Amino acid sequence: MSGSATAVRRELPYKSAIAEALAISMRRDPSVIVYGLDVPDHKRIFGSTTGLIEEFGPERVFGTPLSEDALTGIALGAALNGLRPVLVHIRVDFMLLGMNQIANMISTYRYITGGNFSAPLVIRAVIGRGWGQASQHSKSMQSIFAHFPGLKVIMPTTPHDMKGMLISAIRDDDPVICLEHRWLYEAVDEVPEGDYTVPIGEPSVIRPGKDLTIVATSWMTVEALMAASILKETGVSVEVIDARTIAPLNMEPIFESARRTRHVIVADTDWVYCGFSAELAAQISQACWGNLRKPVCRIGFEHVPCPTTRPLENLYYPNAETLVRTVEKQLGLSAATNLSGREFYSWSHRFKGPF
Amino acid sequence: MSDLTEELYRRVYLIRKAEEAIIERYTGDEMKTPVHLSIGQEAVSAGVCYALTPEDQIVGSYRSHGIYLSRTLETDRFFAELYGRVTGIAKGKAGSMHLASKEHGYLGSSAVVGTYIPVGVGAALANRIRGRANWVAVFLGDGAIDEGVFYESLNIACLKRLKVIFVCEDNGLAIHSHAKDRHAYDAITDIARQYPCEVFSSESTVAEEIHALVSRARAQAEESHRPIFLHLKCYRYLEHVGISPDFKFGYRSESEFERWKAVDPVLMQRKLLACKKPEPEIARLERSIDAQIAKSIDLAERSPFPTAEEIHRDVFA
Ligand SMILES: Cc1ncc(C[n+]2csc(CCOP(=O)(O)OP(=O)(O)O)c2C)c(N)n1
Ligand SMILES: [Mg+2]
Repeated sequence: MSGSATAVRRELPYKSAIAEALAISMRRDPSVIVYGLDVPDHKRIFGSTTGLIEEFGPERVFGTPLSEDALTGIALGAALNGLRPVLVHIRVDFMLLGMNQIANMISTYRYITGGNFSAPLVIRAVIGRGWGQASQHSKSMQSIFAHFPGLKVIMPTTPHDMKGMLISAIRDDDPVICLEHRWLYEAVDEVPEGDYTVPIGEPSVIRPGKDLTIVATSWMTVEALMAASILKETGVSVEVIDARTIAPLNMEPIFESARRTRHVIVADTDWVYCGFSAELAAQISQACWGNLRKPVCRIGFEHVPCPTTRPLENLYYPNAETLVRTVEKQLGLSAATNLSGREFYSWSHRFKGPF
Repeated sequence: MSDLTEELYRRVYLIRKAEEAIIERYTGDEMKTPVHLSIGQEAVSAGVCYALTPEDQIVGSYRSHGIYLSRTLETDRFFAELYGRVTGIAKGKAGSMHLASKEHGYLGSSAVVGTYIPVGVGAALANRIRGRANWVAVFLGDGAIDEGVFYESLNIACLKRLKVIFVCEDNGLAIHSHAKDRHAYDAITDIARQYPCEVFSSESTVAEEIHALVSRARAQAEESHRPIFLHLKCYRYLEHVGISPDFKFGYRSESEFERWKAVDPVLMQRKLLACKKPEPEIARLERSIDAQIAKSIDLAERSPFPTAEEIHRDVFA
């Protein structure tokens, strides 16, 4: 997977993995620019653009007016003319203002020009939850973007994958949308130094198992890993696959796992109705029909706009507990795993308001 | 008829104290909702809202505590909402960023910048078609002016001569970004003047002066049948979202704050009131507002959270 990873294990938070991927890309290629609201302010998009303006200056790293529609079209125009823009949105919800450019222009450009033009650009957007962000600051929207042919959509979960996939995205000759969960920003894990890429389009088996496969996206991968380790204690072996890419995705490794474990749960960081989980469930059912013991089961947000108040917010989001219970049901386990005393929202303490 | 000076003081004082009460309790982690405080900007919401008639309507942004409080003078449901309780304005579903009050003509607030602007214009269109004479006040920041939808909405309001009051609450900042780094032009009023609307501008922090300006603008616009654009300079004392001062980050200077602080909206309106009312009467008014806030917070803290079924309510009719 990795190119020139060094021998010494080095750990970085996700946010710094992003900043490093941007810096490496900008050093290597002067056509890379990074812009968007708040990119150079002192908060640096939760630390993910740290160091960039100092190293590359205000010509290549800049803040902007609140003009998402224009900023998106500007990315396309700049890409047509030789730049590799990275446009950043501190919330994916604001990216909707650029949807016209994304859906009508960017995604179709190569195709409608008969392959004469390409749009090598990246749109990074923070997704995610927490602390009363409510309905306008908590959407994910991967399935919406993935619905448009011509867009690549990635959702890296680990700091390692984030760095490698963002570098891949910037080098990609097609438009890539990179969705980054806010709760992952402080997650610390191994990140190799230097330049390496992780391919777009390949899921990763993040934890091997025998009895059931959970295919997860973004934050739900973290919940799935936690569920898997809880279930291990009761002798259930869960395989966790991090989809990493939403579109276009090589489904083969997922099919292979499904045929082997014969049970699949899709845990998407999104609503389920018309979502990526529906796509996966359909494809897995079609490809692995004879091998499955039960229909593919899907887990996601409650199908309501995200409520603000904490008790409802807790009901809105599935977590490891939801997954444990779903696995038990899927496998027809009689004894329920004892979950008393477990801390399931342990990450939320990092997000005591306001952001 | 209640005294104008007193009514305006009631409002700026209420907004200030309600937000200070939020600050005092916020770190207790009970109000789990991002707050965009308007401390320093109270004269705008108080002055404008009190100049509106009860039939007039309002839309606003996430920075709307001032609008809600000026318009309703209500704090029970307000605090319950911030505490996420079922007794809140929206049963805890809104939090701080989506305040509204149907019975007060407050049509709502949104946390996506600029989204509320065309909504106000649409409300004014409905008023026209339904033969109503009321105005719709659209509160927007200097950041919202950057969005294309602002120009589109202003154009349509002017084209159709709708009764819209665009209230540009210009604190010079969009989060940490200064107007000079976002605007290619010098003055927002120069932009507004390109359109056939009545443009007024003020740097006053005195609610009463803003109130007078709105009344004047209204009278003129009723004659000309044009929308109104008010450009009101003001100053945000605290960080964009949250409860702390943020001068230490160096993107704006504390000396600028000191200049605005010298003409603090609460202080200024109090001075006016002191010319009319003896000190003990003002103190009595203040104590009654303090008591109202304390009572509302106490009530909110003792109110229940919504039950699980509530999550599925209100998605559809
Ligand atoms: C469409 C959109 N883009 C970006 C944001 C992030 N954001 C929230 S508030 C804000 C600044 C808005 O400034 P202004 O309109 O002047 O209002 P103020 O906060 O000063 O009251 C920004 C950029 C958003 N909420 N919506
Ligand atoms: Mg502003």
